[in-house]
Amino acid sequence: MSSTRLRRKAGPYALLVPAILVLVVGMAYPLGRQLVLSFHEFGRAQQFGQPAPWVGLDNYRELVTDRTMWTVIARSLAFCLVNASITMVVGILVALLMKRVATAPRLILQVSMLLAWAMPVIAAMTAWQWLFDTRYGLVNWSLRKLGFASFDGHNWLIDPLSFFFVASVIIIWMSVPFVAFTAYAALTQVSDETIEASHLDGATAIQRFRHIVYPTIKPVLTIVMLLQLVWDLRVFAQINFLQNVGGTPSETHLLGTYIYSIGIGQNDYGSASAMAMFVLVLTLALTFRYVRSLLKEEPR
Amino acid sequence: MNARARLWGAVAIVLALIWAFPVYWIANSAFQPVKALRSPNPSFLPDFSASGFGRVFDESFVDSLKLSLTVTLLAIVAAVLCGFVAAVAISRFRFRGRRSFIFTVLAIQMIPPEALFISQYKMLNDWGLLNSVVGLGLLYTALILPFTVWILRGFVDGIPIDLEEAAMTDGCSRTRAFFTITFPLLAPGLVASSVYGFLQAWNEYTLAVVVMDPSNRTLPLWLKGLTDVSNEAVDWPAVMAGATLVAAPVIILFMIVQNRMTSGMVGGAVKG
Repeated sequence: MSSTRLRRKAGPYALLVPAILVLVVGMAYPLGRQLVLSFHEFGRAQQFGQPAPWVGLDNYRELVTDRTMWTVIARSLAFCLVNASITMVVGILVALLMKRVATAPRLILQVSMLLAWAMPVIAAMTAWQWLFDTRYGLVNWSLRKLGFASFDGHNWLIDPLSFFFVASVIIIWMSVPFVAFTAYAALTQVSDETIEASHLDGATAIQRFRHIVYPTIKPVLTIVMLLQLVWDLRVFAQINFLQNVGGTPSETHLLGTYIYSIGIGQNDYGSASAMAMFVLVLTLALTFRYVRSLLKEEPR
Repeated sequence: MNARARLWGAVAIVLALIWAFPVYWIANSAFQPVKALRSPNPSFLPDFSASGFGRVFDESFVDSLKLSLTVTLLAIVAAVLCGFVAAVAISRFRFRGRRSFIFTVLAIQMIPPEALFISQYKMLNDWGLLNSVVGLGLLYTALILPFTVWILRGFVDGIPIDLEEAAMTDGCSRTRAFFTITFPLLAPGLVASSVYGFLQAWNEYTLAVVVMDPSNRTLPLWLKGLTDVSNEAVDWPAVMAGATLVAAPVIILFMIVQNRMTSGMVGGAVKG
């Protein structure tokens, strides 16, 4: 093979050209522009042809001193952590349940989880919008039937906390299936013999989980948790959708919708770019080790 | 079966019902007369004599369907073509920069659209490609390409190079050996990566909101638009019929590729 390789030294590079071209035009070039833009003042005037002055780190300085920005960052991180944690716990419990039950109930549960997983995000959002509808929603109807008369015509999206509660219910509903299926796949790797032996030794269920099951599934769970964190940072579609349905955007912005409102809403592209760079760096920092670990298996 | 196993089975079934309920509720609400969804008490069973499907099949749906299909197909074809040759390169060749390329592909996959859409918007704006099939198609191609490279590479890896080498000792050129021996075996991989691309592009909302005009909507934006009227005016059976139409092809395809999805997902990010 080595002689072929020498003869076709240029071969692999030629094969990479189309992919690199797409990634450069669609990702790298905008990324470079964004970096440059984040050092300029670029607002409405520039949109209409005024030259964009170089402002150095001003946009970043503004970002750091902007109260709203810190609130949005704190809110996004809290939202992300809470959702990712709940999703992980529920997903692992569902996986343990799948492992435990007979084939028929397991298949029913798996089909149901698959349905939720497969739902396109906007179709799912529409369904939940309808379930939480102020006047005709099933949620308010059920709560009324249970005796909570105050839920007659209750608006779930006006209060920011309640808004995020609804958003979390939806996001957790969508995300649990992935965690459950992956954790279930990992659980099937746990050796039955060790489990049986632990039964003979009189270990409790909790001890079994901590000392036998958990160590086996931990590597997979670490990756899933990481992906979940990254995904729960990018919830633009869900938040943007709910903000359009009701709710006060200024009090419910997360990073994605905030960048959108500053950039495309208020035409302040300089500040929006600086914020976007922050999100980019945050995501890459979160995932750097995972990507590196994937690369470790690559032959040099 | 003992009582405990039966209890856990019951828990599993209750959980299954809760999780599937919103999906059932879409289908159920699609098959209701408008009046039933505006009555104080909900109807839990579909009424097949009435449905919102007739009202939702209008011109705007057909326009959005055409737009979605065009953009999605464009992105899939471009991503699979570029992804395929790149996958061959990193799977069949060892060369300087190979690991850097793989690293970049994996890292790009992690970048959320939120971190780039401002400058992507400005770029398309400058090129006069805002609100165009080409502009959105370009962003979608870049969006699905990394994962396409990653899974296709797995498929190429799975086909032993010995087969090609045997053909080459029989006098075939390397390229010919590849195309007569390996390529036909890659059909499932090409199908799988096209399906992933379809799921991504068909469902995409964020970039479509940023880049497209309200007059020119992909299906997710069209669906969203159905409820963008005053609460009293929303035709819920039609909205739910619309949601069913958008979701049905996705659910069917998803069920087909699900097995690979679970195993392939940990190695990459397909659905965010």
